[in-house]
Amino acid sequence: MTLLRRNWPWLLALVVLLAFPFLFYDWTRGRHSGFVLTLMSEIGVMAIFALSYNMLLGQAGLLSFGHAVLFGLGAYCAAHTVNLVKAGTIWLPTELVPLAGGLGGLFFGFVLGWLVTKQRATAFAMITLGLGELVSAAALMFMGFFGGESGITINRVMDTSLLGVRYTSPWQVYCLVLAWAFVAAALMRLQMQTPLGRMANATRDNFERAQFVGYDPRRVRWMQFTLAGFFAGIGGGLYVMIYEIVTFDTVSAVKSANALLAVYIGGAGAFFGPVLGTIVVVLLQSGVSLLSNAWLLYVGVLFIVMVMYAPVGLAGLLGMHAPIWRGGRLRELLLPYLRALPPALMLLLGFVLLVELASFTTIGAAQGKRFAIAGHAVDTVSPVPWAIAVAALAVGALWLHREARALRERWDTLMEDAKRRAGAP
Amino acid sequence: MEVLVVSLLNGLVYGMLLFMLASGLTLIFSMMGVLNFAHASVYMLGAYFAYTISLYVGFWPALILAPLLCGLIGAAIEMWGLRRVHRHGHVAELLLTFGLALIIEKVVQMTWGLLPVPYRIPELLDFPLFRVYGTQFPAYRAFMLLISALMFGAIWLGLRRTRVGLVIQAALTHPEMASALGHNVPRIFTLVFAAGTALAGLAGVIGGNYQVTEPAMAFTMGPIVFVVVVFGGLGSLAGCFIASILMGLVQTFAVVFDVSLADLLAKFGIAVTSSTPFAEVLNVTLPRVGALLPFLLMVLILVFRPRGLMGTRDT
Repeated sequence: MTLLRRNWPWLLALVVLLAFPFLFYDWTRGRHSGFVLTLMSEIGVMAIFALSYNMLLGQAGLLSFGHAVLFGLGAYCAAHTVNLVKAGTIWLPTELVPLAGGLGGLFFGFVLGWLVTKQRATAFAMITLGLGELVSAAALMFMGFFGGESGITINRVMDTSLLGVRYTSPWQVYCLVLAWAFVAAALMRLQMQTPLGRMANATRDNFERAQFVGYDPRRVRWMQFTLAGFFAGIGGGLYVMIYEIVTFDTVSAVKSANALLAVYIGGAGAFFGPVLGTIVVVLLQSGVSLLSNAWLLYVGVLFIVMVMYAPVGLAGLLGMHAPIWRGGRLRELLLPYLRALPPALMLLLGFVLLVELASFTTIGAAQGKRFAIAGHAVDTVSPVPWAIAVAALAVGALWLHREARALRERWDTLMEDAKRRAGAP
Repeated sequence: MEVLVVSLLNGLVYGMLLFMLASGLTLIFSMMGVLNFAHASVYMLGAYFAYTISLYVGFWPALILAPLLCGLIGAAIEMWGLRRVHRHGHVAELLLTFGLALIIEKVVQMTWGLLPVPYRIPELLDFPLFRVYGTQFPAYRAFMLLISALMFGAIWLGLRRTRVGLVIQAALTHPEMASALGHNVPRIFTLVFAAGTALAGLAGVIGGNYQVTEPAMAFTMGPIVFVVVVFGGLGSLAGCFIASILMGLVQTFAVVFDVSLADLLAKFGIAVTSSTPFAEVLNVTLPRVGALLPFLLMVLILVFRPRGLMGTRDT
């Protein structure tokens, strides 16, 4: 019972995630929306990947630019395993294919970790950057293991399932992803409380003192890197199960950057921060990239705004409200937040309009696309829409500046109050 | 012999271009500890600015104006961006420049389009300077060598001989002490950042028409420049110079020699067949791994000598 009481958020998340695809269920034809399921499976995989990345960045303070190497190599291992099972060389239940990816990631994490964990801080970041480039170039060069440009394709429908499921539909694959995501997340959560997890924190915070107490920081880094490789490999294995193909994209720098973006936007300090960040990043990538040419610009701006104004990430921002919430005065923040909402929306709208106008005048025109808002074609070369966009941007910014000051004053008084309460119970 | 001389010259030109980019980055990196991910993006901006300016007033004014514009952008980045996130640590600073690189690439695509722009060599320099064993050496490459050599000399003298240079050197190694002596260290940071980005812009102006001016040029150049800076070592302009030339030569020569490890082994009487272990690795020819060699060198030097070739302190 206590287990249930303590872990209710996990159960709630599981129920919500199982129920969510049914919102998009096509009842007339009795089918799930393939797009939604694939999107959510992608979020699941990337969430594991981001959480494993946070084992390095958040827990051990190691900034890696090549984490996708472990993800991708795990994916290749899983793909080869599936092909071996199909050929009848070995036997493995379908459900355990991601584990094969995980073991691949573990192996490469151990081998490559020996090299990269010799250094820390900036040197570590640079070695991982170089390693990432090396592996992604090697993936194009060596046909045997990586399959060159076309990658390795598999067919996920095997006859070896333990549960008798054939994994032909996206729904079945989604359930598999969900199950593995929860197992991996729970294991990573538990790993944080092991002595190794604690020592990783210690070497992050004060590397010399950790050394002085008698631990070898290099060994801590190495073990942490290996374990991060294991979980990234599980993500890679699931990736293969979803897409049935693995190409050199999976080891590329872009993939590594995605993990970094997700972790930083979500917040490296909290355990669920990376998951939050993953949802934002994947939705931006899959949703906005369909709507706009300039989605990379939005990601970049969001990233810079987060770095400059909220380096604690989304989870950190939420966490900042905790003391006020405990004091029971969260309600008083509602009004300032609501007042800040219209100018923020105005600012956003002005910015988006400006970017879209610019993007449609050049890239859109070259691709023969026309800019239209709700069916009305907009002439991107006439000054009127530009003037509207700039005006919305400027007015929104000034207005938001004013509201932000009021919000800050309220916030400060509430925080003072919360501190006083905490000081004198 | 013919191949050797031509490759040597081309490698030198490429190496000097790398050095123009890397010298600014190494100053910024050693002073502020920030690996500026947007550095190659400014290089790209320099090329595009030069293209646009040269459409109106010609190449020669662009040679001055484009770097100045880039320097202003650099100063703005430092004053309104980096200085604000400085208290959140190096990771935040690095990520800020990473975000900037994304934005600059997209803005360039939106302003100048996705395709390469026809940024050409000025007519005045568009002739073969001399012939080596029948191969023409364009005058523009000699001009590139001249500009980069002049710049190297100017930085060297500026850092060694002028008062500003001495203060910069002091702030490089002991920022607190330089600040305690009454020097405005944040302003020096801005100055160095602006100067570094202006150099990147200059490299863009003369590199944009040597290579291709396209939105992907930052992405192809960026990692190589990092390799050069890290390989050369922190705080060492000389190390940076040697590393640039080395990388330029390595990449140029790797394209020329069509050999593989298997050929090498064959000289010792060991034949590599498809059944030999690692046959695929042994059969890869040098031109195919050419782009990889810099990264390999960087990983190796970081593992065995983390302060780089001539660096004075650990990265």
